[in-house]
Amino acid sequence: MSEVKYSKEHEWIKLEGDVATIGITKHATEMLGDIVFAELPEKGSNVEKDGTAGVVESTKAASDVYTPVSGEVVDTNQEIVDDPSKINQDPENSAWFFKLKIKDKSEMDSLMNKDDYDKFAKENNS
Amino acid sequence: METKKTSLYKLHQDCNAKFVEFAGYQMPIQYSEGIVEEHKFTRNHSGIFDVSHMGQLFIYGGDELIGDLEKIFPLDLKNLKLNHSKYSFLMDKDAGIQDDLIITKIDEGFLIILNAACKDNDFKILKELLNKKYKMVLDENRSLIAIQGPKSSQILNDVVDGVKDLNFMSGNWFVFENQKVYITRSGYTGEDGFEISVPNNFADKLTRELIDKGSKLVGLGARDTLRLEAGLCLYGHDLDKNKTPVEANLKWAISKERISKGDFIGSDIIIKQLNDGVTKIRVGIKPEGRIIAREKTKIFNQLDVHIGEITSGTYGPSVNGPVAMGYVENEFSKKNTKVFLEVRGKKYAANICSLPFYKKSYVKGAN
Repeated sequence: MSEVKYSKEHEWIKLEGDVATIGITKHATEMLGDIVFAELPEKGSNVEKDGTAGVVESTKAASDVYTPVSGEVVDTNQEIVDDPSKINQDPENSAWFFKLKIKDKSEMDSLMNKDDYDKFAKENNS
Repeated sequence: METKKTSLYKLHQDCNAKFVEFAGYQMPIQYSEGIVEEHKFTRNHSGIFDVSHMGQLFIYGGDELIGDLEKIFPLDLKNLKLNHSKYSFLMDKDAGIQDDLIITKIDEGFLIILNAACKDNDFKILKELLNKKYKMVLDENRSLIAIQGPKSSQILNDVVDGVKDLNFMSGNWFVFENQKVYITRSGYTGEDGFEISVPNNFADKLTRELIDKGSKLVGLGARDTLRLEAGLCLYGHDLDKNKTPVEANLKWAISKERISKGDFIGSDIIIKQLNDGVTKIRVGIKPEGRIIAREKTKIFNQLDVHIGEITSGTYGPSVNGPVAMGYVENEFSKKNTKVFLEVRGKKYAANICSLPFYKKSYVKGAN
């Protein structure tokens, strides 16, 4: 069974075996507004926990996307680069950003579960 | 200083506006549908913009006022017909732009629409330049509502009969609920549309009627993407005191008749720049991919030499891609010149292009 966890930077992460799928939360998309540009990390590159791993831009501004865990980028979602509006439409499912082969599963431990994240998002509505 | 609210504040709240502070006012940046939908709705149907934060300056006077205003604005005001409008600028002695504006000849004098952030300073400057000879009112009792987009003429005409006969860049007094409203056929979106100067107490009612007829409120976010696609300048970004109208590629707005005489503020510099050329000039810039180059993005030539800076850049929903404008050294200002934009440390290819990005569909009107 895979569990979805959440970061304070409004990313979600779903771990299956040692591959994690990462995207941004619905709450994040609602704060950003219409997303019109997405940039993803390069396949084969290594990203570090809490480091930047991409960019999303709305009509108003650019925001960094962080990775909640470290690992090697094994896949990226070209569909959201070609049509960034898909991120607004289905952020926590088909509009995932990238997949990582993770190094250290214990990095997942400090992340929030759904209930905690929902509470966190409600309190940090900005 | 407390932020001001416009007469439509309650209506904005009712329509779930997200507010931002802009030039000292609480203004709606967007409503529930979001910037892209609001933008497209304006292009395809009709959008309503609360622009009541802008200054509505009435200056009352006759022929002497016309003469005095010609010493300030590079316009042939003697030949400006009643109820006709012109785009112009308030310049300093060095032809630096202190504000851009629309001036309309009305019965008793002139109505000048000023940018919100500049209006108080403009008022002070103009009062001094005119030696306090004329009655001047920066009218806080009137709201300014724009309605823009292809369906706007029919919608507004259903509420205020007769507006559909106005020509582009002209206006007139009309009646709404026994109130005098001054309506011009103009706007800031590249679409056919109108701007309505209405007493504050009636702004809410007028706007709700326009919404009932099928128009929708649109926020400042979409106003920015619409005007940028239309190639129109935003003061404080594309225009400021360090730029002249010639550098801003707005020489079309300077009267040829007046240049020949050269007796307005800044005319020495304007004439010199028209004769000798300028070192930097405003251009349209189209990134090749989807990358968005925002204000202050540095522009480089093919040899990696810094040649300019973006002054406005965003995603254009009707273009379905990024759009920008900025200033480059004159020799790189030709259409199709390849340039590079530095975004987050990387350089991305772009091309100098002609403006607008989105073709205007201004209606000439019935006459």
